Order: sequence, then structure tokens, then C-alpha cells
Amino acid sequence: MNPRRKKRLTLAVALIAGVAAVASLLLYALNSNLNLFYTPYEIVNGKNDTGVKPEIGQRIRVGGMVTMGSMKRDPNSLHVEFAVHDSAGGEITVTYDDLLPDLFREGQGIVAQGVLVESGKLEASEVLAKHDENYMPPEVAEAMGQKHEKLDYPEQKSTEGYQY
Amino acid sequence: MWKWLNSYADPERSYKLAGTLLPWFVCLAIALIGVGTTWGLLFAPMDYQQGDSFRIIYIHVPAASMSMAAYMGMATASFIGIVWQIKAADWAAASIAPIGAVITFIALFTGAAWGKPMWGTWWVWDARLTSELVLLFLYLGVIALYASFEDKVLAARAAGILAIVGVVNIPIIKYSVDWWSSLHQPATIKITEKSTMTGDMLYPLIINIFGFGMMIGAITLVRFRAEVLARNGMRPWVRALATQEVSK
Repeated sequence: MNPRRKKRLTLAVALIAGVAAVASLLLYALNSNLNLFYTPYEIVNGKNDTGVKPEIGQRIRVGGMVTMGSMKRDPNSLHVEFAVHDSAGGEITVTYDDLLPDLFREGQGIVAQGVLVESGKLEASEVLAKHDENYMPPEVAEAMGQKHEKLDYPEQKSTEGYQY
Repeated sequence: MWKWLNSYADPERSYKLAGTLLPWFVCLAIALIGVGTTWGLLFAPMDYQQGDSFRIIYIHVPAASMSMAAYMGMATASFIGIVWQIKAADWAAASIAPIGAVITFIALFTGAAWGKPMWGTWWVWDARLTSELVLLFLYLGVIALYASFEDKVLAARAAGILAIVGVVNIPIIKYSVDWWSSLHQPATIKITEKSTMTGDMLYPLIINIFGFGMMIGAITLVRFRAEVLARNGMRPWVRALATQEVSK
């Protein structure tokens, strides 16, 4: 290889290595801030690396699994209350006053954004369903015992004179 | 080997090679995308949770993975162009950039269209979505830099440096869902372990991924040929080609 090409090759490789080093240091420094949400465990016990706990009144996102059997629905409004837990053993209560997404089920992963009103209670303004990486036809899911029923909505009392 | 490869640095030879390869890429792309899309949209079973809406995966995942693959192709061409000063490589990089930008846009758009009914939002600033958006801006930056210099040698060098620097974004996109908590789900297709998708859903997806690759290859070849002609308009072989076409 002639010297000019060699020089350009060294420069190009040095450029890539330099940028990669800068990017990895930057990402390392920002690491915990790049997470989209707190886990329930981190809200209760503080973040794993820094120990920072979100303050009461702070606007945060929490991500975790909806605890089975924790869903409480107000029969007269859209108000719902459910618990969100994670594998580390943390659990917090989430309240919400709007329509839940299609994929919302007990046992489903969700991300809720809202204000922490007291320690362990989040008043959500937005609830997003988090889909996992598993895709399968209904028959396979049934065979694996992973039947995810949609939430049962209590039957509405028919209003008089209201016809379609 | 090197000598043989080097002979394709000659614009006329690479132009002709691109012309020979083109029909193969076109046929394969049409066949693979035809089979993959029909199979995926009509015959694959629906998902146990998402029902039929999961079928957008047959466009979204191929577009997203090929947006990264096209970027690696572009950056490799730029690298060769800068180090070995091979103009044909610069032209190849310049012809990939707009295709990559469009395919990245398709990935973002189909993702948003799926996210609205499934997650409940069009967009969320999580690591995966944001880094894919950065990829779109990188493509646009490369296109803009290449277009803003009259002198195309200089233009290719400027655009090439940006393309090479932007490579750091590719592993960030790929591993963003593993490194940080995000709303976007982790990868379904895994190379080293079993994919978390049943076979009858997976095969059309893989066929479509290859189909999209072939399609990008085909469009790149068309654009590359046009770029070669545009940069070599004064060369005798291009003029001979032009008179030949006119007399036909």
C-alpha cells in the first residue's frame, strides 16, 4: 500500500475509533438517564446505581407488569386503579382516568406517565401498553397456557330510549 | 484478487457490471417480496394478543433492519472511497443515501401506525425510536452534504466523513432495547437462540427481509448507473453509449 493511502487509512480508522470512544463514554455517563421509565422497585428503594428516589410531586414514568387481580374499576366513571410490580419485588399503585390501550390486561407490561402523588402511588395521565417480543398464533398460546383474555368490562345498564 | 477487484474501479466496467446484475436483483426482489408479503398478510396465523394488526411487522421489520444494513453499505462504500480514493465507491455511497432515507422513513411511519393502537401512542422518546430518528437525520445529512458542493470529489469526501462517523449509531439502534428500558420490544428474530415467534409467522418475515435487501440492491444499481453516467458525461464511452441509444 502506498504511503498516502496508508495515511488516509490510519486517519479514517482513528476517526472511527475516536467517535466510538466519545459515544461510548457519553452513553456510559448518561446511562441511567436514557431509561424510559423507573421500575416500581426503583421508586420505592431508589435507583440501582445512584440511589436517587423520585420526589413526591415529580412527573415520572413507571414501567412494570400489571399485578393479577389488582384491577379496580369505578362503575360510574373511567377511573381505574391497579398495581404495577416488577421482578425485583417492588410494587406501586397507579390510578388513571382515561381509556386504556387495547393491549392492556392484567399480567401485561405497561408504561404509565404521571405524577407521584404519595410514595407508592402514581396518578397517571397516560398509560401505554408495552408489547413483548413473543408472537404466536392463538392456538399455540392456548397450548402454552398463555391465554390472555381481554379485560371483562361490566355490562352497561341499557339507557332507556337509546337505540342504535 | 486485489487486481481483479481494482479493475471495477473503472467507471465503464462498474457501469456494465451493474447492468448485468440489475435484472437478477429485480427478479429476486419481486419474487421474494411477492411471496413473503402474500404469505405474511394472507396466510400467516394471527397473533394471540394483537390479532391482525401484528401483520405490519412484515413491512416494519424488513424496512427497519434494511435501513441499518443500507447504512452499513453506504458507510463501507464511503470508507473505500476515502481511503483508496475510488470514485465509483463514492458514487455508490451517494446512490444508497436517498434509498436508505426512504426506507428509514417507512420503518418509522409503520412503527408509529402500529404504536397508536397497540401502545396507545404514535411516538415516545425512548432509546430505540430516537436513535432510529437520528439515523434518518444522518441519511438526510449525507444527502444534503453531497448535494451542496459543485465539486463532487469534495462533496463525496464531506458526505463520506459524515457517513463514517454516523456508524456509531448503528450498534446503538441495535442494542438500545437491551441496554436501556424502552417501550419498544426487544428483538424477536434471534441468530444465536430460538426466535420468539412461531415458524409459520417467521418464515414470511425472513423472506421479506431478504426481499427488501434485494429491492434496495436493485434501486441502488439503477441509481448507481445514473450517477456514473452523470459524472462521466464527457467520456468517449458514455458519448458512444448515448449515440448508440439515440440511433436505436
